[in-house]
This record gives sequence, C-alpha cells and structure tokens, in this order.
Amino acid sequence: MNNFTVAIALLVLAALAYQMGLVRGRGVASLAGPRATHSRPGYHGALAILRAALPAFAIYVLWVIFGNQIVHTLVLGTIPIEFLPQDAMQQKVLLQRLANIATGFGVLGEAQPYEMAAADAMRHYQGLGQVLVAALMATVAALGLFWSWRTTTAETRARNKVERAINIALIFCSAVAILTTVGIVMSMLGESLRFFQMISPSDFFFGTVWNPRFATTGAEGQSGFGMLPLMGGTLLISFIAMLVAIPVGLMTAIYMAEYASNRVRSLVKPVVEVLAGIPTIVYGFFALVTVGPLLSALGAGIGLDIRATSALTAGVVMGIMIIPFISSLSDDIITQVPKTMRDGSLALGGTKSETIVKVVLPAALPGIVGAILLALSRAIGETMIVVLAAGNSPVLTANPFEAVSTVTVSIVNQLTGDQDFASAQSLVAFALGLTLFVMTLILNVIALVIVRKYREQYE
Amino acid sequence: MSMTQTLNIPMSTSGSTVKTHINKQPAAQAQGEVKLSASDVRVFYGQSEALHGVSLDIVKNEVVAFIGPSGCGKSTFLRSFNRMNDTVAGARVTGKITVDGRDIYDPSVDVVLLRAQVGMVFQKPNPFPKSIYDNVAYGAKLHGLASSKSEMDEIVESSLRRAGLWEEVKDRLEAPGTGLSGGQQQRLCIARAVAVSPDVILMDEPCSALDPIATGIIEELITELKKNYTIVIVTHNMQQAARVSDRTAFFHLGDLIEIGETAQIFTNPTQKRTEDYITGRYG
Repeated sequence: MNNFTVAIALLVLAALAYQMGLVRGRGVASLAGPRATHSRPGYHGALAILRAALPAFAIYVLWVIFGNQIVHTLVLGTIPIEFLPQDAMQQKVLLQRLANIATGFGVLGEAQPYEMAAADAMRHYQGLGQVLVAALMATVAALGLFWSWRTTTAETRARNKVERAINIALIFCSAVAILTTVGIVMSMLGESLRFFQMISPSDFFFGTVWNPRFATTGAEGQSGFGMLPLMGGTLLISFIAMLVAIPVGLMTAIYMAEYASNRVRSLVKPVVEVLAGIPTIVYGFFALVTVGPLLSALGAGIGLDIRATSALTAGVVMGIMIIPFISSLSDDIITQVPKTMRDGSLALGGTKSETIVKVVLPAALPGIVGAILLALSRAIGETMIVVLAAGNSPVLTANPFEAVSTVTVSIVNQLTGDQDFASAQSLVAFALGLTLFVMTLILNVIALVIVRKYREQYE
Repeated sequence: MSMTQTLNIPMSTSGSTVKTHINKQPAAQAQGEVKLSASDVRVFYGQSEALHGVSLDIVKNEVVAFIGPSGCGKSTFLRSFNRMNDTVAGARVTGKITVDGRDIYDPSVDVVLLRAQVGMVFQKPNPFPKSIYDNVAYGAKLHGLASSKSEMDEIVESSLRRAGLWEEVKDRLEAPGTGLSGGQQQRLCIARAVAVSPDVILMDEPCSALDPIATGIIEELITELKKNYTIVIVTHNMQQAARVSDRTAFFHLGDLIEIGETAQIFTNPTQKRTEDYITGRYG
C-alpha cells in the first residue's frame, strides 16, 4: 500500500461516489420534479465525494503522520528492557537499524537475536497497521456512500453543503501561505536566539565592525559581528536605487497613462515589463561588465574617484531593475483615477500637466506609495546584483563611490562553503535574515497604513 | 431679465434648414445681449455624426434647459460650449460657436481662458480628493485670481455662499470634500466653478445622482445664480426643466427639434415630436 495506489484508489472511489450521488440526485429529482428539488444532481455527486472519499483520505493522512510513531512505540515495547536504550537519540538509531533489518537493507555488524525479533515485530505491526487502515478506509467510505444514498431526498441541501466545503477549502489554501510565513519566522527565530546566546544583541545591532572569522579558525571572536556596516550598505544602495527608479518609473507611468496613444502604450508597457523578467544575475554582470566601468570612466572625466564595483553601480542597476515595478503598478493606478476627476479640473481651465500634478497624482498617491514601498522591499532583499557589483567590502560609509557590502551579501558569504551550523559565524546569517525580514515587514505595514489613511480621505 | 423667446420658430429636422432659418434671424431680435451663439454645429465621434447642425442663441442671464431622450446629443452639444469635447479622443466639432461674439474654436482662443469664462458642473459630483477649501480655491489658484491668503479666503467664502454651502461647511473647511453628502458635493462643485468667476455655467444633468431634497436645493440655487450667470442645463427631468428654465430646447436624434419659452414648450409645442416626448409617448 504505497501512496500511489492509495491515490488511485481514492480517485476511483471519488468517481464512484460522484456517479452514485448523481444517479441518486437524478432519481429524487425525477420523482419530485425539478422545481421541488433543492439541489441539482451534480451537487449530490459532489456531496457524496465529500462524505465518502474525504474521510477515507483523512484517515490515510493521519496514518501517514502518526502511523510510524505508533509502530515504533509498539516495537520498542517488544525489546527486552536490558537492551532498550534510555536515550531518545539512541532509540532513534536503534529503530533505524531495525527498519533496515526489516526491509532487508542490511546492517553493519551481526544482527542480535533480540534485534531480529524486534525487526519481525516491526514488519508484523507495519503489515497489520496497513491492513487495518485499508479496512478502516474502506468501511468509512462505504458508510459514507451508504449514508449519502440513504439520506438524499429532494429537500437535501447539497448545494449549500458543497459551497461550504469549497469555502473551507479556500480558507485552508490561504492558510498555507500564512502558516509558511509563520514557519519561516519560527525557524529563523530559533536559530537567531541561539546566535544571540553567543553574541550579545547590542554587539550585533550596534557594532560597527563586520569581520566574522571563519569557524575553522577556531577563535570564537566576540567582536566582528556588528551589522551596522551591512545595514548602512543596504540602505545606501536601496536609496540610490529608489533615486533612479522613482522618478524614471513615475514619469514612465505618467507618460503611458496620460500622454501615450493606445498603440504606443500597448507597445511600450510590455517592453518595460520585460525589465522585470530579466534574471537578477544577468543584471549583475551587466553592472559588473558595463555599468561599473562606464560610471568609473564618467567619474574620472569629471574628477571623481568612482570604483567600478561600488554602491553607486549596484544602486543604479538595481534602480533600473525595479523601474517596471513602479511604472507598471503606478500606471494601472493612474489609469483607474476616474475621468470625471480629470474633467473637473480641465473644465476649470486646468492644463493637462496641472491636472496631472494637482488632481490625478494626489488621487493616485496611496497606490503609488504602495508601489514604491513594494519596490523598496524588493530592493532591500535583492542579492545577486549586489554580490557582483557592490564590491563586497563591509565598511560603514556614506560615500556612494566606495565599495560596500549588504545584509544579503553577507548572508550568502556566511552560508556558502563548508559550514558548522552550530557556530556563531553561520548562525549570524539567521539573525541577519530575521532583521531583513522584520525591516520589509515594517515597510509593508507602513505601506498598508498609508494606503488605508488616504483611502479614507479620498473615497 | 428678459424671458422673451428668441428663436421660437418651427424647424425641420434637417440641419441645413435650421441653419438657414437661424441665419435669417438677426441676433438683434433677441431681447437682451446674446451670450452664447451656435450656428450649424456638428459634432463627429470618429466617422459618426452625433449632432446634425444645431443653431441657437442664448442671451445673458437666462436659464436654458436642454431636454430630450438619451443619446439625442444634448450633452454633446453642451460640452462643445467649453470645448470639453476636445478631451474625447476622435471627437470633432464643425460650425461656429461664439461666446460674447468671439469664435471659441478659433486657433487664437486659449482653451484655458475659455473654460475660466464658461464653467461646468458635471452629472456626478466630482470633488477633488482635497479639502473643501482647496476644492474651491483650485481654479482660482490656477488662474492666479488671488494675490494673498486673505483674498483667497474671500473668494472661497463668497463662492461657497453663492453655492449655498457656506453655512454648512464654514467650520470644517479643512475636511475632505469627498466626505460631504452627494448634494453638498454637487454644490461644492458649483462653488468651485463659481470661484473662477465665469459668465456662463454649463450643467450636465447636475441632479441626476441626487435625492429629491438635494435636487430641490440645487434648483433653488439655479434660480438664485441666474442673477449673475448665464446657465445652460441638460436634464432628463422635465419637471425640473419646467421649474428652473426660462427657455427649453428639445433635442432628438442629434437634431434640435424646437426651442421656445418653457411655458410654451410644455403647454403648446409647435412640433409633434416635442409634444409626443413631453406627454410621455416616447423617449
């Protein structure tokens, strides 16, 4: 009884249940007449699936989750007390060894007689469990079918029940995303707490030196875990990126929404959106090979010392990358500003640009702010461009012409290569990740608050 | 003010005939000064002609109502008086429209100044997403009508008073205009139009989104505003036309069928189609 056969069996069962429900539904409908029948036959079919296949499936899921544990407990019970290890870890090892014997996989060393006996018990319980579960599933499915068949009448509110099941399924699906977020936070939180047991939070959050030695050098340096240089680099690069992306993106949006003819718009918009689809690693070497040297040469021309890999290079290229985020979203929002609003301004003698600046943009502002904050969290979390183009030099500087490093780059550095996941050098990555996550979370909350505030005022 | 009808002449539905009739009527015949004049105005949307050569005169300080079934071209005609049709892609206006004797489709006319002179109130109240004060001050700021804050305050107050809204909002001028009720919003839009001191106010079904009480207030306001402005109002509501207007023009399928003194149009129309429409036989 593997997963595949169970899936096939459940599908067959579902098809069977649907057919039975359908037939039964048609039966009661033909007796009572369509007007007096509450639900269409299809709903009776769907309800039969819910009553027969769903409980069977639930039993199987429970077995998958808890079955092994039950078998293991039973097996451990058969082992003579003198051979039973007290340590949970050793019990796990023993169980793995027994499972290997049971499946004939082979083990190191000679299997002890008590081990052979326990392995037999394991095989026995597993087989028994599977038979029991299969029998239980079949019984439940049969009962469900029978129940469905017997209780179906013209008045059965199958439609409402199916609708409710759909509702629950939708809630379940949305919960997946939320639970994943919670899971990510939990895993990061756990590792971060372990990190903060080794390094004090004040050293981490307010330290100005980022120089974590590798775990292999052995020295558990208490210094060198200050994240301020990284945070500074991240903010500097994001700032430069927004400096590029906000004006260009907003102007693009205004042009597309207000000035461009439909033909130009239908041509330009997809082309701009292509920018968003380019892999960031490609932007990375575009920055490294083309933009960096170009900026460096330009700087030399006007007497500025700009490094080829600098905050400026990474920021400019990142800005280009997020232009479509701002332009495309803002364009949609500006287009949604009602025409009556524009007419009102034009009828008072406003010119087109006055109308846009004084009426259309303020009306679209909440959406635009949302778009900008979305782009900003994208910029803060961006990694690849910065790895290649920012120079990876964790110094605390406000000079955009210098090489910097960011939070994301340092996470990459700390987690690539052979790592001991118990060392502060690796665990710091989780603390950094958590910090980053909290930052983007705060940005999103701010975006929400702004949007809500303006929505109350404007609508 | 004179309520004398200027153009109560039987007209055929053909635009060219109307034109001949109108052109034979010297403007001097109208009692009072002609404010707006249209002759043989045709409006095209792309290839289709929405208005088939309409001619009429509107004198100063009168209220003229445009009535007719949906799609008859009355709103289109109204919007050509302040060139709002310019904002519609593919719209084209031919013929001649003058305001104070000046051809407004002449290339030398600046549409910004024209719209300052000919204000407009729309079907749905469309206050800007700004405070009440800023809504009223918007046009005045655009045209630089106030040189100081106190002057602007005066403009805002007098405009709101003229729109009959001052008493209701004087304590919350900084509240958003969109927070007012529908009828108040529409009066805010009227105040906004009044603030740029126009001569003419065009109203495109100003009460169609309002309840009867708000409608009544706006109608009283129109009668009040007549002292200072020339008003052209498009309405679907015939009782409203009868209540507020001095003269009424009936449009049908892009033609001006009949224009005359309101009382005469509603009691003794010269055209069969006008009578049919007014008595509810179609439209």
